Amino acid sequence: MIAPSSAAHLTFWSAVAMIAAVVLSSTAGEVLTAAAMKSIGDLDEIRAHSGLRGAIRAVLTCPLFFAGVFFLAVAFFALLLALNHLNLSLVAPASASLTLVTNAIAGKIFLKEDVDRRRWAAALLVCVGVYLLAH
Amino acid sequence: MPQHSLSSRQYLILGLVAVCAPLGDTCLSRGMTHMPPITLAHPAALIAAVFTPWIAAGIVLLIGFFASYLTALSWADLTFVLPATAFGNVIVALLSRFWLHEAISPERWAGIALITLGVGFVAQGPSLTEHPAPAASQEEQAR
Repeated sequence: MIAPSSAAHLTFWSAVAMIAAVVLSSTAGEVLTAAAMKSIGDLDEIRAHSGLRGAIRAVLTCPLFFAGVFFLAVAFFALLLALNHLNLSLVAPASASLTLVTNAIAGKIFLKEDVDRRRWAAALLVCVGVYLLAH
Repeated sequence: MPQHSLSSRQYLILGLVAVCAPLGDTCLSRGMTHMPPITLAHPAALIAAVFTPWIAAGIVLLIGFFASYLTALSWADLTFVLPATAFGNVIVALLSRFWLHEAISPERWAGIALITLGVGFVAQGPSLTEHPAPAASQEEQAR
């Protein structure tokens, strides 16, 4: 087996690092946003009691929400950086499908969600499906 | 894990999550491809782009997506809501096939089938994980 050249090796690992940055920052943003919304409570109920302004105030006074938005913004800029160096046909399906799996893992660990066999199967099916659709 | 069935209003919000994001992205894409090339040397052109009809429609749709996504996360698990967002890809693919008459390869049809199957799996299960109440609050409720 021929060893890859150092330049190709570097490019491969650069691509892996860029996609990993998108996936990890996106997962952190999604999990923090989900945690924020769980801590706030049912927005439909809040809106019924306090109106739309009350619901918006409840979201905008939650520090976890801003932490989530911060990481989602980091994910956006990491995506722009990745698109600047890699093809869209690689970055879009890889990041979209891998994020589904990392979110399932993070949801189980950090949000204590009951990710049963049904949800694992769904995450993997959707992951492969998104890859096929976007590739 | 107890079953948490969704109301028709909550299914409507999940539908908005699935539809608004891909339609918003499509509007942004259509708007930006019809613009002359924009460079960082002329950032005012980027701000002016926000007020063109397609870009403005895309921004409104993406705001609608984020609002409905946050609402869905307030009463459903992240691992329940995310497959719904992925279902938007299926909607876009079907729209492109039957509305724009674009060709869809067998791989893409396989992707559509897998996403639909995955979303169907999740939709049949509970939407929210029930966490046991802390002992202190249980005692307070008992009083």
